[in-house]
Amino acid sequence: MKYIFIISFLFFSFSKVEAYRAYITNEKDNTVSVIDINKKKVIETVKVGQRPRGIIMSKDGKLVLICASDDDRVEVRDAETMKLKYHLPSGPDPELFILSPEDDTLYIANEDDAMVTVVDMVDKMIVDDIPVGVEPEGMGLTNDGKVLVNTSETTNMAHFINTENLEIMENVLVDARPRVAMFTPDDKEVWVSAEIGGTVKVINPSSKEVTHTIGFEIPGVNEESIQPVGVRHTKDGKYTFIALGPANRVAVVDSKTKEVIKYLLVGQRVWQLAFTPDQKTLLSTNGVSNDVSFINVEKLKVEKSVKVGRFPWGVVISPN
Amino acid sequence: MREKFFLIILLFITLSLSFPVETRELSIQQLEERKKADEERKKAREKRGKKTFQKEISITTDIVFVSKEREVPPVLSNLDPVLEDEGFYGVKLALEDNLTTGRFLGHDYKVEFHRILLEEDLVSEFEKLLKKGKKYFVVDLNESELLSLMKLSGIDDVLIFNTRAKNDSLRNENCKKNFFHIAPSYSILSDALTQYLVKKKWKKWFLVTGPKENDRLYAQALKSSAKKFNIKIKEEKTWDFTSDLRRTAGKEVPIFTKGSNYDVLVVADEAGEFGEYLAYRTWDPRPIAGTQGLKPNSWHRTHEQWGATQMQNRFRRESGRWMTEVDYHAWTAVRALGETITRTQSNDVKKVQEYLLGDKFGLGAYKGVKVSFRSWNGQLRQPVLLAAPRSMVSVSPQEGYIHPVSELDTLGKDQPESSCKF
Repeated sequence: MKYIFIISFLFFSFSKVEAYRAYITNEKDNTVSVIDINKKKVIETVKVGQRPRGIIMSKDGKLVLICASDDDRVEVRDAETMKLKYHLPSGPDPELFILSPEDDTLYIANEDDAMVTVVDMVDKMIVDDIPVGVEPEGMGLTNDGKVLVNTSETTNMAHFINTENLEIMENVLVDARPRVAMFTPDDKEVWVSAEIGGTVKVINPSSKEVTHTIGFEIPGVNEESIQPVGVRHTKDGKYTFIALGPANRVAVVDSKTKEVIKYLLVGQRVWQLAFTPDQKTLLSTNGVSNDVSFINVEKLKVEKSVKVGRFPWGVVISPN
Repeated sequence: MREKFFLIILLFITLSLSFPVETRELSIQQLEERKKADEERKKAREKRGKKTFQKEISITTDIVFVSKEREVPPVLSNLDPVLEDEGFYGVKLALEDNLTTGRFLGHDYKVEFHRILLEEDLVSEFEKLLKKGKKYFVVDLNESELLSLMKLSGIDDVLIFNTRAKNDSLRNENCKKNFFHIAPSYSILSDALTQYLVKKKWKKWFLVTGPKENDRLYAQALKSSAKKFNIKIKEEKTWDFTSDLRRTAGKEVPIFTKGSNYDVLVVADEAGEFGEYLAYRTWDPRPIAGTQGLKPNSWHRTHEQWGATQMQNRFRRESGRWMTEVDYHAWTAVRALGETITRTQSNDVKKVQEYLLGDKFGLGAYKGVKVSFRSWNGQLRQPVLLAAPRSMVSVSPQEGYIHPVSELDTLGKDQPESSCKF
């Protein structure tokens, strides 16, 4: 009898709970909120470093990396326990970053020193810095990891970087205050959002020419508050979702025609977006209303909002 | 026997499930190697720091910053140092920002700093600069000085950016097409403050005006705003005491403010001669607003929203002090030029002037929405920060004030009210 109890206890305590988790950085609270996607609830709030902003995960879902901007370093935490494993060096004020396809190299945009810092994940040391424009933020990477696009907020440019020799290949002028650069799933286009310019520019990565400029018009919302930031493409090449900042809406754009299909009302000052692995749900961080919105991608409807910490900034969802 | 067996199994299970801790303890040699690698990277960075142009320089733009040495009046509050370099670091940072884009495009920017000494004559020094062919001037001058420049021959072929004078007359009857005003006018500041006070329902004012001319102009703007937003000025007084308030404020202020039924004491004392000493000494418990207390500013050291932290940090690292409003205006002026030249690919004065006054121009200036110039009088439309000495209270325009063109135009005199004829 004793053994049945022991074995069943051991079995249940070590079996994995199958649920996707979303990790959200709360910029002003210095915490990360962990949300159970199925339950649509915050299950844990973890104290992290100062001014956490960019947040990503390794492809195996084991590590969560956080830019602790005011600590000038990157925290690497275990995805399940959220315990701090180690720090990675970065430049001053790391804001956003991206991992290479093999997760062996980390490219960090340091907002304070106009550099992209390249960090080796195995040796945990800085390999090189690439000088870019002023206040770099956006980081877009092709699927093969060969081309990195970084945007500079004050220089108003998108820098195309060859990751093999870490040299800038080309600099494309975009509209005022570019924030995010995101390649389409087929790597044939890179979309760059301009926060103050109020547009999203579509650039052809081979010719480096701007092929489309997407503008937004929302009845009843004044033009100045339409400030595009986050950009996410669906894997099937159908939709692109764009967070519009203080317009409090996420625009749904037809990825092929570049026409805006719909505007979804979410919380206040929506900045970043993330898909669940099955791409059925999209989460948005609403910085000023301190919540996260769940968007049903199929129905194109906002279903729920969940309160998190103060000024939610970045969001990443576990791949498994 | 069974217990031992159970414990062994438990031990095996816990051992197999404990996660291997990933620490890599570095040997001394590895630490040394990393230190060397860091040093080499630093050197490579510094070498790269001698930034070179990626394209051949096709356009070089000369910008001149002009300020005037002034006699320092005796101030009552000697907490803040009197600055002699306002505007300098703003221009320097903006120049570097312009060059980060310029280096990629082949556009060069150069700046000359001219400080006109007390004994020198502004007009003749300026004429010398005009003769040298300088076209773009960012100036820290007052209204009479700007008016004297307007009379110079050759002035129409250059662009002047005003970083200091807030006089409404320069935006109305004394406006000029090639004079751009980065500093907000008194009307813009008073409207920004009034919108907030209306929101708070503090609609009964006690208005105190200082003895100087600028105080009178500020008070005039405040009275205009009061009329516009339906405020009642219950009492109006001019401060003309000249005693040292550090000693007697406790006695003078209560009597001065006794008797009236008001919500907020609004003060216009630009020089700061008595305004600081009103708080907590009024007869009734009342907040202070205006040039002291809750103050409308174009920039403030407590401002950190919309990426402003980045600007504050960069400025402090460069200058060793906080960015002032004039610094911010100087930065904005040079950046406006840079942004225009980047987009028009030309530094021809007429083309630049047209673009600046056009509707395509927009600049990110760390205040949340883009700033641009009013086409009818060259005033920069911008959000206004309402700040207490150590905290940001609000940003105007307040929510709810709408406008067909831009909500920023709910601040200051709008186009139909303007007496400016370009």
